Amino acid sequence: MSATLATVSYIGATILFILSLGGLSNPETSRRGNLYGMIGMTLAVVATVFGPQVTPAGYAWIIGAMVVGGSVGLYAARVVKMTQMPELVALMHSLVGLAAVLVGYANYIDPAASGMFQGVEKTIHEIEIYIGILIGAVTFSGSVIAFGKLSAKISGKPMLLPGRHLLNLAGLLVVVFFAWRFINTHSVADGMTPLIVMTIIALLFGIHMVMAIGGADMPVVVSMLNSYSGWAAAATGFMLNNDLLIVTGALVGSSGAILSYIMCRAMNRNFVSVIAGGFGTEGGKPAAAGSGGEPAGEVVEILAPETAELLRDAKNVIIVPGYGMAVAQAQHTVFEITQFLREKGVNVRFGIHPVAGRMPGHMNVLLAEAKVPYDIVFEMDELNEDFPDTDVAMVIGANDIVNPAAQDDPASPIAGMPVLEVWKAKTSIVMKRSMASGYAGVDNPLFYKENNRMLFGDAKKMLDEVLAALKS
Amino acid sequence: MAQVIGVPKETAAGEKRVATVPEAVEKLIKLGFKVMVQSGAGDGANCSDETYRAAGAEIADTAEKLWSSSDIVFKVGVPTPEEAGLLREGGVLIGFIWPAQNPELMQQLAARKATVLAIDSLPRMLSRAQKMDALTSQAGVAGYRAVIEAANAFGRFFNGQITAAGKVPPAKVFIAGAGVAGLAAIGTAAGLGAIVRANDTRAEVADQVVSLGGEFVKVEYEEEGSGGGGYAKVMSEGFQQAQREMYAKQAKEVDIIITTALIPGKPAPKLITADMVKSMKAGSVIVDMAAERGGNCELTEPGEAVVKHGVTLIGYTDLNSRLAKQSSTLYATNLFRLAEELCKTKDGVINVNMEDDAIRGLTVIKDGEVTWPPPAPKLPAPPPAAAKPAAPAAKKGHGHGGAGAPASTRSMVVIFALAAVLFWFIGANAPAAFLGHFTVFVLACFVGYMVVWNVTPALHTPLMSVTNAISSIIAIGALVQVAPPFAAGAGADRPDGWILGLAVVAVALTAVNMFGGFAVTRRMLQMFRK
Repeated sequence: MSATLATVSYIGATILFILSLGGLSNPETSRRGNLYGMIGMTLAVVATVFGPQVTPAGYAWIIGAMVVGGSVGLYAARVVKMTQMPELVALMHSLVGLAAVLVGYANYIDPAASGMFQGVEKTIHEIEIYIGILIGAVTFSGSVIAFGKLSAKISGKPMLLPGRHLLNLAGLLVVVFFAWRFINTHSVADGMTPLIVMTIIALLFGIHMVMAIGGADMPVVVSMLNSYSGWAAAATGFMLNNDLLIVTGALVGSSGAILSYIMCRAMNRNFVSVIAGGFGTEGGKPAAAGSGGEPAGEVVEILAPETAELLRDAKNVIIVPGYGMAVAQAQHTVFEITQFLREKGVNVRFGIHPVAGRMPGHMNVLLAEAKVPYDIVFEMDELNEDFPDTDVAMVIGANDIVNPAAQDDPASPIAGMPVLEVWKAKTSIVMKRSMASGYAGVDNPLFYKENNRMLFGDAKKMLDEVLAALKS
Repeated sequence: MAQVIGVPKETAAGEKRVATVPEAVEKLIKLGFKVMVQSGAGDGANCSDETYRAAGAEIADTAEKLWSSSDIVFKVGVPTPEEAGLLREGGVLIGFIWPAQNPELMQQLAARKATVLAIDSLPRMLSRAQKMDALTSQAGVAGYRAVIEAANAFGRFFNGQITAAGKVPPAKVFIAGAGVAGLAAIGTAAGLGAIVRANDTRAEVADQVVSLGGEFVKVEYEEEGSGGGGYAKVMSEGFQQAQREMYAKQAKEVDIIITTALIPGKPAPKLITADMVKSMKAGSVIVDMAAERGGNCELTEPGEAVVKHGVTLIGYTDLNSRLAKQSSTLYATNLFRLAEELCKTKDGVINVNMEDDAIRGLTVIKDGEVTWPPPAPKLPAPPPAAAKPAAPAAKKGHGHGGAGAPASTRSMVVIFALAAVLFWFIGANAPAAFLGHFTVFVLACFVGYMVVWNVTPALHTPLMSVTNAISSIIAIGALVQVAPPFAAGAGADRPDGWILGLAVVAVALTAVNMFGGFAVTRRMLQMFRK
């Protein structure tokens, strides 16, 4: 395959990747979108392997690596539970980051790759290597920590070192200093030290950054790391003078950045403040959070049979799922209840808050797994106005995203965050394990509202009871 | 020791309600009380003695036996002097009392050292008290029944129909006063298919009217008519003039008028004049729910249904008894909730806690001492409209269809200035080869930006996993390093082993992503179905 043919294949692959992302604009076309992605990837890989830059001597190695990696990937994709998607995605980001680091090093020590550059071009090439490795390393360690937090191997609480902003700043200065040293070295061996020091600092920075972020901000972190993995690919593309990598990396990078932005907006938080420190920081002092006055009133408890009765008598029901539903694996029972009620002519819909769960769109995937038809699953903005006409709003394992304090109490740490207005429904039922506050550490006045009922217990167990009561 | 709750048979003529029903009896017994019901008390509400007995109540044959053996008496109607005389010395009485209208009764009860809780004196603005609000529950039933009575007297369908036998226009119903009864009437009439209009001097109820399917008719005159406690106040002369004109106009247009206007402690306002009745179409119906307090219509005859000027005027004062089972059930629940509040220990002994705002308001006589009227409740007056938080600041654009609201001009200028400086720097320093890639990079960012904004939020997780799979394109970088072709001699000092090792590991890592990412995306997308 000639060089020009390979380039043309790359253009084809680029177009297919863009179509692939475009296909995700609705569920109907999304399956085809994914197919475009696969074709694009195959085209790119085949064109490279049979292109002018790879000699047949490497085929065996490539096939071997592909088979090993591919089988691991396929196995993981098959066994992963839908509730574990955030962990899987975080883990995969780390692989991209690590690969970027490895490719960067390989490229640096290869005299054939850099030997042809002189003067400014050489400097730029070295900066590209340096940045590529930097982003790759941050992505790698950050994703590994994110994986640990999401799979509860590491505490979800933000870990805040004293003077963490200074630490980050110092790290940045050191990285810049070694970049200068790196550019001014003349041999590969001399350049190795600054490169390794920088890699270690970048790894530490990635760890530190994600450790400082609270569990509620996880959707932002996951999408941010997604963005980083894209930029790492783009930087590698610059390093290798490969437009396909640049374009693809930029696509992925901007996609992740937009997702981060959407998530931040959904929490009414500034992107910088999410990165700089977890939700737990300001909201973590519940005493201060209560300055707006403790919510007064009494909590009215309800039992499963009464819940079933309320649901049976309702005409319009909106279910608001949260992370608690994912933890309890209750989505299948939720669907059975939904199905039962829909057969009885009850209009059941789902209201999804953009940051419900631990990654963007997490709830949608869980509901889809349970076979809930996607045309009764709505975004917050689509049905927030319908709550006054709703008979029963059922909140399953969610807290902060239905907190009226976000609208009513300007002193609340979550003030201004858009929330699902479940309290406007005739009756709201909140399923929770206890009265504990959510990730934001804010007490929820919803629980004390006159028209609110609390159904305490494990979501799965309680929903099973509700379902049994409905069917009896 | 458990106290006995007694439920006598109501004595007022035409009163069919009963103060508790078997379902509530069970719950009261769970609170620790004993319940005694007078034989035949529930007959009017379709609750036989057997059902009470089955629920755990004792049946007393005579009123005397019941009153004498009860510690607490649950009643519906205002007690007669005879009944008050039967109440045990130091006993507790709970029911409608209307202390302002019945001073003699109050004295009589006080003389018996009684404790009296007047359910009509409940502080209604206390949200915690709503579950005990019998006025509301009873008014809701009455509003429903008023529509049913109107439908009964009205000679046509409520809903419009087009049938083979011709077109039927929908009935037009006008409801004066959108309190609890009025709102219930609006909902019921709208449910039957009528065109419903309603008016109230309190402008803030307009939304509630609309929410129930009615149309709010405004009086063309500026004045706020909210009088506290959920009631309206007397309006100025100018307003009343404008209001009369509006009513006169409505009277000519509509088929049915239901009036519910009451002002506390005053006779019902006369909203519908004789002339308005004359102007109505023959066969029209007026239901005057204020008949007991003189009526909102000049021609109403309380307690009767009469036809005047071709219009049926219904002035029943016993709308609740005409739906006795429903009224009783709701009333019984109200009283049960009250009992719950009074007996928080669930040991069957009540504690009239005068520190509790709701209980304090209800208690009109405590151990023979008249405690009515209560001091002004501590709770805040209905918040003035201005104090409401200025609606959740600037609603953001709908959905994620667009890139959000355009940024402010100032920040745009800053962004453009920064971008210009950056581009100048790159343009001035970078070699041509780099600029080619840079162009591609910047354009790709914009393409990504445009494409991703169109992704539906439901698919954000698949988006992440597919972009994740796509980012494994970094494999290309590793592939080209595995075994590149060399110009002869160029690869002499190349550390082949190291490079090969790094590259192969990188290929394996990205392959995990490549296959795993696409496979898991596929798996997820398969699940999205209609």
